[in-house]
Amino acid sequence: MQKIGVFVCWCGSNIAGTVDVERVAQAVANEPGVVISTDYQYMCSEAGQLKIRQAIKEYGLTGIVVCSCSPRMHEATFRKTAQAAGLNPYMVEIANIREQCSWIHKDKDEGTEKAIILAKAAIAKLHLNTPLKAGESAVTKRALVIGGGIAGIQTALDIADAGYEVDIVEKSPTIGGKMAQLDKTFPTLDCAACILTPKMVDASAHEKINLFTYSEVEGVSGFVGNFKVKIRKKARHVKADLCTGCGVCTEKCPSRKAPNEFNQGLNKRGAIYIPFAQAIPNVPVIDTEYCVKMKTGKCGLCATVCPSKAIDFEQQDEIVEREYGAIVAATGYKLINLDNFEEFGYAQNKDVITSLELERLMNAAGPTKGTLLRPSDNEHPHEIVFIQCVGSRDVSGCGKPYCSKICCMYTAKHAMMIRDKYPDTKVHVFYIDVRTPGKNFDEFYRRAVEEYGVDYIKGMVGKVVEKDGKLLVQGSDLIANEQIKIEADLVVLATAIEPDPSVKNLATMLTASIDTNNFLTEAHAKLRPVESPTAGVFLSGVCQGPKDVPETVAQASAAAAKVIGLLAKDKLTCNPCVANSNELLCNGCSQCANVCPYGAIEYINKEVNDHGKREVRRIALVNEAVCQGCGACTVTCPSGAMDLKGFTTRQIMAEVDAICK
Amino acid sequence: MTVNEKELAERVIRISGVNTKKCMKCGKCSGTCPSFEEMEYHPHQFVSMVEKGQIKKLMESKSIWTCLSCFACIERCPRSVEPAKLIEAVRVCVIRQQGENHLKANAVPEKLDENMPQQAIVSAFRKYSK
Repeated sequence: MQKIGVFVCWCGSNIAGTVDVERVAQAVANEPGVVISTDYQYMCSEAGQLKIRQAIKEYGLTGIVVCSCSPRMHEATFRKTAQAAGLNPYMVEIANIREQCSWIHKDKDEGTEKAIILAKAAIAKLHLNTPLKAGESAVTKRALVIGGGIAGIQTALDIADAGYEVDIVEKSPTIGGKMAQLDKTFPTLDCAACILTPKMVDASAHEKINLFTYSEVEGVSGFVGNFKVKIRKKARHVKADLCTGCGVCTEKCPSRKAPNEFNQGLNKRGAIYIPFAQAIPNVPVIDTEYCVKMKTGKCGLCATVCPSKAIDFEQQDEIVEREYGAIVAATGYKLINLDNFEEFGYAQNKDVITSLELERLMNAAGPTKGTLLRPSDNEHPHEIVFIQCVGSRDVSGCGKPYCSKICCMYTAKHAMMIRDKYPDTKVHVFYIDVRTPGKNFDEFYRRAVEEYGVDYIKGMVGKVVEKDGKLLVQGSDLIANEQIKIEADLVVLATAIEPDPSVKNLATMLTASIDTNNFLTEAHAKLRPVESPTAGVFLSGVCQGPKDVPETVAQASAAAAKVIGLLAKDKLTCNPCVANSNELLCNGCSQCANVCPYGAIEYINKEVNDHGKREVRRIALVNEAVCQGCGACTVTCPSGAMDLKGFTTRQIMAEVDAICK
Repeated sequence: MTVNEKELAERVIRISGVNTKKCMKCGKCSGTCPSFEEMEYHPHQFVSMVEKGQIKKLMESKSIWTCLSCFACIERCPRSVEPAKLIEAVRVCVIRQQGENHLKANAVPEKLDENMPQQAIVSAFRKYSK
């Protein structure tokens, strides 16, 4: 028989206001096994915990029930309290009489009755509790960062600076990501390349950082501290160890038909190319879709001109297997497809462009060498219309329901820069709301209006049509209650952003969850914003939600701090409340393995002794380090072989019986 | 808002099935409306006026007859508010009050113009024959 102590917390007036705590304590005092039942103002306070510790020693308690707030809040606190008094921490049960009683009931009698029932259920369960011991697993002291944009680079640099090895896997031929494509960065207008490329160099030169560019993650197995990852190094068809990056091949390549991704398709590049001048690594890639040699067998000019014989048309993809203790997702974003917004005429008119295209048109390394020329005829645009919220805050199904967050600021930046460089250009911005929270952000937007004379119009554009070489923009001005028509030379769409499509597949591999918009979900929106709910998987940058460069860098460092905290440990304590299979009942059906979201169950052939009958059977084996104790297997198992330690079927049924009594 | 006006507003909401609270006041409906200049009250105003219960003003306005029922505002609204349905509901309120249609079915064939798009004919029926 257990000797049980019951401790009822008032939580100030949070519980005591709606639940008669004294009555609860009295009502359970005579339950079987209960030797002490008491109440106190704040059980979680130092004085409250002391009360519990003293009672454990004084009455020789074998288990305690704390009637208080949600176990998510203070279960860990009371387990530590119990442990300090020599009790096994898993001999603690929490009856949630705050969130489940006082906060949802107005009637004190009702609240009290329910609290008593919940306390009785906890007591009934505690009778069947057994002391549990958490296991340990080793930690591989290396991190994997997936994505080599500013988020991934910053995370990797911070982890590496702490002395741990980091691999960056980047799917494109160079690191740098979207930030490398930007011209200037708000709100200080420093050149993106000037602040990014030194970081790219740092990352590639860091002795603890290993770059896998033009590579993709192909499979992930294992668990926190012990991930095994398959990385596909796609064939560049250029031997990186021989290539000197001289660039002769890229100049001589006769194929000039491939759209230049780095310039958002605004110009063409060769079939063998280096994305941009400061690319890291400075090693070209052959685009097999456009390479004449790869398609017809004739050409090979690049191989002829290469002074270091680095071209290798026969090169194959390579699979590398590496082990990691932690994984950081930093997969970033892309602009949404604008097919659903035919009213803006993006597909029909070359002079209707996205903001990212404008970045390239204003960038000194872009297709126009930094002179703003409109794509259709390479003329200076004299009247420019910016349209905000294209596809953002859209619940009609055409766009995305969320605010893309970065557009208000970069549109103000674009408008300001154009007015600064070309003062004869009229600039209009159609906006729904201007959202500029952030340090020096609103001041920046106001400067665009007040100092640079950008015409902000509260309203939305209904349609853009081409007319005699001009773009006729029809929109509303809600302040003036007018419909206005502007003959523009260039229309710039502040296009909504969405997570990079690769994230879906990656989330499946990592068993990390994604939301309805495909953003990776954080473990807690406020208190654990850079951790995924899957242990050992962390989030950095826009893959978790829209954010600008300063926020991305902050989050990247936060994710790095979490990774360092994990890698600094030699051993990890596992959750002891894990599933285990009764080998005599298991019929080897595999249903548990199929439903396990963590891949924690494998099947082995094992000799079992079934009442003296020895035979080899196929049975389920739970990897306790991987199991998160969700219980999906226990309810799936048709033969009742699976059970969850700390939440056994018998314990749950005892609770139900106590509640129904 | 008088009791009568409140009833009217509820009727418009019921007939149209529109939730005016979904509107984020972006003005895309009025930016897109081809009949904007002919209207006293514009599509975005319809939404906020219905929300405020100012139905009588709308019923007396010429705007409800100058709306082309082209549904461009419905098509392009990012919040699926559907202003044209509100305008139609106000029209229906007027027509029911008058007890007759603006257009008799028999009078339609002689008004037909062979260049008139099919969609416009259907819209006209929707507009005048409730």
